Amino acid sequence: MKIEGLERIISEHRFFAGLDDGYCRLVCGCAKNVRFEAGQYLFHEGQPASQFYLLRHGRVALEISAPGRGTMQFQTLREGEIVGVSWLIPPYRWTYDAKALEPVRAIAMDATCLQQKCEADHRFGYEMMRRFVPVLVERLHATQLQILDVYGNPA
Amino acid sequence: MSTAILPDTLRAGPDPMLPRLATVRRRRRDTSQVWTLDIEDSVVSNEPFVPGQFNMLGVFGVGEVPISLSGDPAVQDQLVHTIRAVGPVSKALVRLKPGEVLGLRGPFGTGWPVSDAVGRDVIVIAGGLGLAPLRPALYRLLAQRERYRSIQLLYGTRSPDDILFRRELLAWRRRHDIAVEITVDHAPADWTGHVGVVTTLVSRSSFDPAQAIAFVCGPEIMMRFAIAALGQAGLADEAIYLSMERNMQCAVGVCGHCQFGPSLVCRDGPVYRHDRVRSFLGVKEL
Ligand SMILES: Cc1cc2nc3c(=O)[nH]c(=O)nc-3n(C[C@H](O)[C@H](O)[C@H](O)COP(=O)(O)OP(=O)(O)OC[C@H]3O[C@@H](n4cnc5c(N)ncnc54)[C@H](O)[C@@H]3O)c2cc1C
Repeated sequence: MKIEGLERIISEHRFFAGLDDGYCRLVCGCAKNVRFEAGQYLFHEGQPASQFYLLRHGRVALEISAPGRGTMQFQTLREGEIVGVSWLIPPYRWTYDAKALEPVRAIAMDATCLQQKCEADHRFGYEMMRRFVPVLVERLHATQLQILDVYGNPA
Repeated sequence: MSTAILPDTLRAGPDPMLPRLATVRRRRRDTSQVWTLDIEDSVVSNEPFVPGQFNMLGVFGVGEVPISLSGDPAVQDQLVHTIRAVGPVSKALVRLKPGEVLGLRGPFGTGWPVSDAVGRDVIVIAGGLGLAPLRPALYRLLAQRERYRSIQLLYGTRSPDDILFRRELLAWRRRHDIAVEITVDHAPADWTGHVGVVTTLVSRSSFDPAQAIAFVCGPEIMMRFAIAALGQAGLADEAIYLSMERNMQCAVGVCGHCQFGPSLVCRDGPVYRHDRVRSFLGVKEL
């Protein structure tokens, strides 16, 4: 019953839209439901990136701290989005903090579990990468605009 | 200047190169670099300006620059301009105190096609100071709210301190007939709004691409990304309007300073339909 609920949540999540049932079960085997209170951290910079999160409800801020400059938010994410891509590449450590801005419900995915399944079934691995690459590209584009500081230095 | 070389539309009236005198009535600071001036024209026009149009504002002995009208077109005895102090003329303009006099020519240029938006979902995308030329269009849309389907304002700016017209945005946010989404490029840790580029708001907004219309204004790079996001959401180029900025001098289509592709921004713009300028956007040295 519990697993069925998780499978339904995963198959209905924007990130996994259209995933075939067999793969959905594979994903589900690495997933669990989690909750965070407002202000609670999902993870901190430097910690091992052993999980990533599919947001179901609530918003999460990604933060980075620099000495003398305090803590800055550089992105907020909301339901339907993914928190964390550092689990994809070595050294598998978070490069920022992630904080719940409001009560958050999410699916936590065990990164090692998912990596093993990707290794064992490259078709499944390809299916996962096909979903992650657009997230990475979108964030790269956003970073380009942020670096250009378009509002500060009008083009 | 002889009016003989002016376009027909301008030849009939008073010399459009001759500034009228106007008086600053009120000045308020919006952000660290941006001020809004309420100005009283010495000649009150019977014709409301078109949202998206601009005036040439001049400080005697310094120079003259194009600045969009940012106030309510229904209020005819007062012209509102929102100015970022970036160089000699704009800095001199924002230093003008109530009672001081400036030169004014205009209004010039094309406007947002608000009447084409009737019966459609309206998406207004503003980046930074680009909210100023869009505000008159928002006033017009809200004044006859029942004529349009959904109205969404997606506003991106640099940081929470750079949010323009903050009080008004908050008031609009409390209304149920306009969706106002604000995002900033970066924010201190106590900010509870969105952080991320304005294009992320486009993919999250809901509208019917078959009958929506979009007005976009902001830095050119931001507009290119926003237009791409609208295209991805299914909006046709013919339904997207944008406002272009180019350095200007005469503002009446004579000097050629503001050339943009085969057009002149002062005469054929600043508001263009995207399909008509698509091939010139992002082209260097245009
Ligand atoms: C149709 C149109 C509408 C405009 N509407 C507005 C408006 O509502 N409010 C407003 O503040 N400005 C507006 N502008 C831009 C404004 O005209 C310029 O910022 C102004 O001409 C700068 O003149 P300056 O003498 O103060 O500075 P300049 O000496 O001309 O420039 C000083 C510095 O500012 C940079 N700069 C030039 N243009 C801009 C710009 N657009 N934004 C920021 N920096 C710039 C220059 O590269 C230079 O480094 C508009 C321009 C056009 C063409």
